[in-house]
Amino acid sequence: MSTVAEAPLLGYPRADGRKGIRDVVLVAYLVECAHHVAREIAMPFADRDVHVIGFPGCYPNPYAQKMMERLCTHPNVAGALLISLGCESFDKYGLAAKIRESGRPVHTIVIQAAGGTRKSMTEGRAWIAETLKAREVATRVPMRVDELVIGTVCGGSDGTSGITGNPAAGRAFDMLVKEGATCIFEETGELIGCEHIMAARAITPALGAELEASVAKAARYYATLGYGSFAAGNADGGLSTIEEKSMGAYAKSGASPITGIVKPGDIPPTGGLYLLDVVPDGEVRFGFPNINDNAEIAELIACGAHAVLFVTGRGSVVGSAISPVVKICANPETYRRMAEDMDVDAGRILEGRASLDAVGAEIRDLIVALGNGARTASEALGHREFILTYKSFAPLGPACLPAA
Amino acid sequence: MAASDDRLLLLDPRDNVFVARARIAAGESVLIEGEAITLAADLKLGHKLARRAIAPGEKILKYGAPIGSATGPIAPGESVHVHNVKSDYTPTYHLIDAQEEHGEKAL
Repeated sequence: MSTVAEAPLLGYPRADGRKGIRDVVLVAYLVECAHHVAREIAMPFADRDVHVIGFPGCYPNPYAQKMMERLCTHPNVAGALLISLGCESFDKYGLAAKIRESGRPVHTIVIQAAGGTRKSMTEGRAWIAETLKAREVATRVPMRVDELVIGTVCGGSDGTSGITGNPAAGRAFDMLVKEGATCIFEETGELIGCEHIMAARAITPALGAELEASVAKAARYYATLGYGSFAAGNADGGLSTIEEKSMGAYAKSGASPITGIVKPGDIPPTGGLYLLDVVPDGEVRFGFPNINDNAEIAELIACGAHAVLFVTGRGSVVGSAISPVVKICANPETYRRMAEDMDVDAGRILEGRASLDAVGAEIRDLIVALGNGARTASEALGHREFILTYKSFAPLGPACLPAA
Repeated sequence: MAASDDRLLLLDPRDNVFVARARIAAGESVLIEGEAITLAADLKLGHKLARRAIAPGEKILKYGAPIGSATGPIAPGESVHVHNVKSDYTPTYHLIDAQEEHGEKAL
């Protein structure tokens, strides 16, 4: 029997050996035409961890298929209800089979076959009620920190993000990596100008070359689109260029060696620090790599992230379906204005009221608390944002993952 | 190294900019490398100020790394932002000109 010191979290055991820190039942629409029915099914269960995710497109896309498979079999997920209109191209059979093989309950409602909106809603709500009843008897088991996968993202960045919130998240990552956890940082479009210092941290020279290549790909991709990964609010907050934003964003990765690179939906094979390469491969198609912060959060979760650290300066309010989002507020003025939306006041560092190490430790401890039933600000406020769009990726190169 | 204002943060000794740790109003005097300079405009939290004279085309250094190039001469104590800095990668998109063009107050 493991002690609380060895295994300080309580997780939901899954058939593949992973454990979840949430027990979410998903309602997943397989085309926008089924979105309303999915939302209506979930609505009465909004305070019982029934979350809506989905893919809006009618054309098939291997990236979206993989994302949906990984999300529906995520350790924080207990089961899934799939809502199909009927005529869309998404492979609902393949998705249902993957969920069933993972040992989770799954049911598919085809709106055209069920007889329309109302009948689908009635059938869907009955299935959810039954699945929630089964979930009540779920037992939790001790879970170690090295079983955790944690992602980090920044959004609504300003001139304080790179000084307080991002380096504090980096310190938390350093502590978690030391404890054996898997940590994932991302957005190669916001690492522009940092590629060489980042490559020097790779565990092999070949991985270093892959890290540099992933940033070069991002720079090319964004140059074709004519915009950097930079929003108007970043400039209002004092950031002048994408390089400046990147230097601040890079601090989220901490100082640990970089173990590997993954792409959306790839589950890191070991503990350690990984870069998530979010920019599509090949020629520019389907538009911006990530049209907003939630697209990145969904990708981190598809890589297995139990929780996501979100550093904001301007003040983002979002959460996510499936995994809790920890809001780390970099700017003390923003924190005072929007405290209810924030979990961590990293602006204290700027005002000399806390050290980077102290805030880093606070973030690490908060992650462990989330695995013991604590809820984030965005969860308490009902934020369950989700977005998934089209992308295309080539498989990972051989140097991207550590040798088995 | 000459003394500078407590309200200004130097992130790396190589930097030619400071970052404001708090808002500083126009007309206030700030100490930059031992010299008192009166601010021409409000400086917001997290925004940058020149630590010394910066020539056109010179790299702006923050965190000890280049974050873009000066588009014109910048005097010590002057605000360093999108009006006098450009990216060496992709142009910066912002709404500051749109706001001024329409005579709007920043929202």
